[in-house]
Amino acid sequence: MTHAVLELKNVNKSFGPIDVLHDINLKVNAGEVLCLLGDNGAGKSTLIKTLAGVHKPTTGEIFMDGEQVSFDKPKEAADRGIATVHQFGGTFPLMSIGRSFFVGCEPVKKFGPFKIFDRKTANEVAVKAVRDFGITRIDDGDRLIGGLSGGERQSLAIARAVHFGARVLILDEPTAALGVKQASHVLRIILEARKRGLAVIFITHQVTHAMAVGDHFAVLIRGAVAANFMRGEKSREEITDLMAGGEALADLDSAMEAQSEATGGEPAQSAARATVA
Amino acid sequence: MGNVFGSFLRRPEAGSVLSLIAVIAFFVIFGGVNLGNMLGAASWVNLAANLGIVAIPMGLLMISGELDISIGAMIPAGSMTVAIISGYYGLPIIFGIAGALALGVIVGTINGLLTVKTSVPSLIITLGTLVAMQGIVLSASVLLTGNASVALTSPVWAKTLFGQLLGGSFQVIILWWVAISALFLVIVHHTPWGNWIFAMGGDKVSARNAGIPTERLTIGLFILSATSAAFVGMCGAILFNSAQVSGGMNYIFNAVVSVVVGGTLLTGGFGSVLGIFFGTLTFAVVTQGIYFTDIDRNWSSLIIGVMLLVAVLMNNSFRKAAISYSPRKKK
Repeated sequence: MTHAVLELKNVNKSFGPIDVLHDINLKVNAGEVLCLLGDNGAGKSTLIKTLAGVHKPTTGEIFMDGEQVSFDKPKEAADRGIATVHQFGGTFPLMSIGRSFFVGCEPVKKFGPFKIFDRKTANEVAVKAVRDFGITRIDDGDRLIGGLSGGERQSLAIARAVHFGARVLILDEPTAALGVKQASHVLRIILEARKRGLAVIFITHQVTHAMAVGDHFAVLIRGAVAANFMRGEKSREEITDLMAGGEALADLDSAMEAQSEATGGEPAQSAARATVA
Repeated sequence: MGNVFGSFLRRPEAGSVLSLIAVIAFFVIFGGVNLGNMLGAASWVNLAANLGIVAIPMGLLMISGELDISIGAMIPAGSMTVAIISGYYGLPIIFGIAGALALGVIVGTINGLLTVKTSVPSLIITLGTLVAMQGIVLSASVLLTGNASVALTSPVWAKTLFGQLLGGSFQVIILWWVAISALFLVIVHHTPWGNWIFAMGGDKVSARNAGIPTERLTIGLFILSATSAAFVGMCGAILFNSAQVSGGMNYIFNAVVSVVVGGTLLTGGFGSVLGIFFGTLTFAVVTQGIYFTDIDRNWSSLIIGVMLLVAVLMNNSFRKAAISYSPRKKK
């Protein structure tokens, strides 16, 4: 029997008296994209920080390949192959592509007792890793990160994680700050990572992006998993409704309808005021 | 050719090299300076060497996102320590030297530990240790020796290594400065450690997540800075055969000016050892070179102020050019 790459069982997290996560049960398999949807404040950030070893769950268990794990610091999670890529991806804007790709594990050439940073190898490997992901605009490893577009930075960060043997890729709103075209670049890279057998956890509140790449969806509301379903089981509208807390959005809909009927289909400003009054 | 010039401009040291050329040209054109006399003079090289040895660690700290102003107290502390131990108490000079450097290590460790363990900006922490060390140096000196100035006679070998005048006027510390600069040029730009310093200044959290020992590295840089300052003070005491509790405060701002003119970004993540080297040279040429001109020397501060602003503006636009640079599509 094969185990999920990463599995959470009844994970709770509270900060003092405030409960942030309630009984989270989730799993993600190799070669699968799990989309974590949720409004702001739903607990997405806390959940990924728990997975990345920044926080420890208050109660509950985390399993990797069926084996229980516990991370004391982010480095331990990273050593197990859990890589987190944040919204702005490469975060050293004034470093070159080659140097920032290898931060923390620089390739070196040995001159006697001295270890010299091998800039040529670093640049070549970094550029090749990104190009393998289909970003062909990057061809010079000496360019500074600050000069890349948002999508390119995300791609570089994902390529970096994959190069260093990540098995679980946590992407924290990678498309939130991007234009339509850049976002589609990043989505393609997510699919490429999935094809390579990585387990991808994709955090977003853009339902369209989630539906484009997701195999498996979980909606988080106020720290609990409100819905957990597979691709094709729910429509876009249903998911959006769920994220907004269901009834709230439906109420808004009927309010709008009532209003447009009252004003004969023209939601003019004065009429809107009148309705409210 | 244009390509070579372009890639030079995108380097952090571009501003300082251009400033140096501009200042020398200014002195030659408006000051009627005899270039050979000025460049051959020891005064500015001596100043550059003493300043340069504290400016390099100061610059590295700035690249890593920290600042150490306690060097202003560590320079007299270093010279007083060696003078009290070996001059007043008459112990062998090696104990004096070891004591001065050890004091640097201790104060650097305190600065570093306070910085990594609290969220107080290192400017404030080192301001505290700056004032505290001044108090300690003055009261310890008065308490132990009854005086604020202590004489020191050093054996020949110590004089040769740390306090010799080469060719009658060039301090031997110049050789130390060049050697230290060369050493850090290699470490900062060609070893993984250097990469870590830049990463730390770019984004401390990401650097730590990437497995860089940010706390140890920060403490190490503070130790380097305080020890270098103590070293400069120690060399001064051995050279002049005496030590005073005052002095050293000028070094704080002079080092910051040198580092910033040298293209280092105050907020961290960008800079170069070569830039700091040329920034120090530029500073020294302005303050000492003015004696060789017809210009009244009181103007030198104005020149430094203007030069600082111009160099920072230049460095800003060069940095933008470096970021937005991408090689032209190959035809």
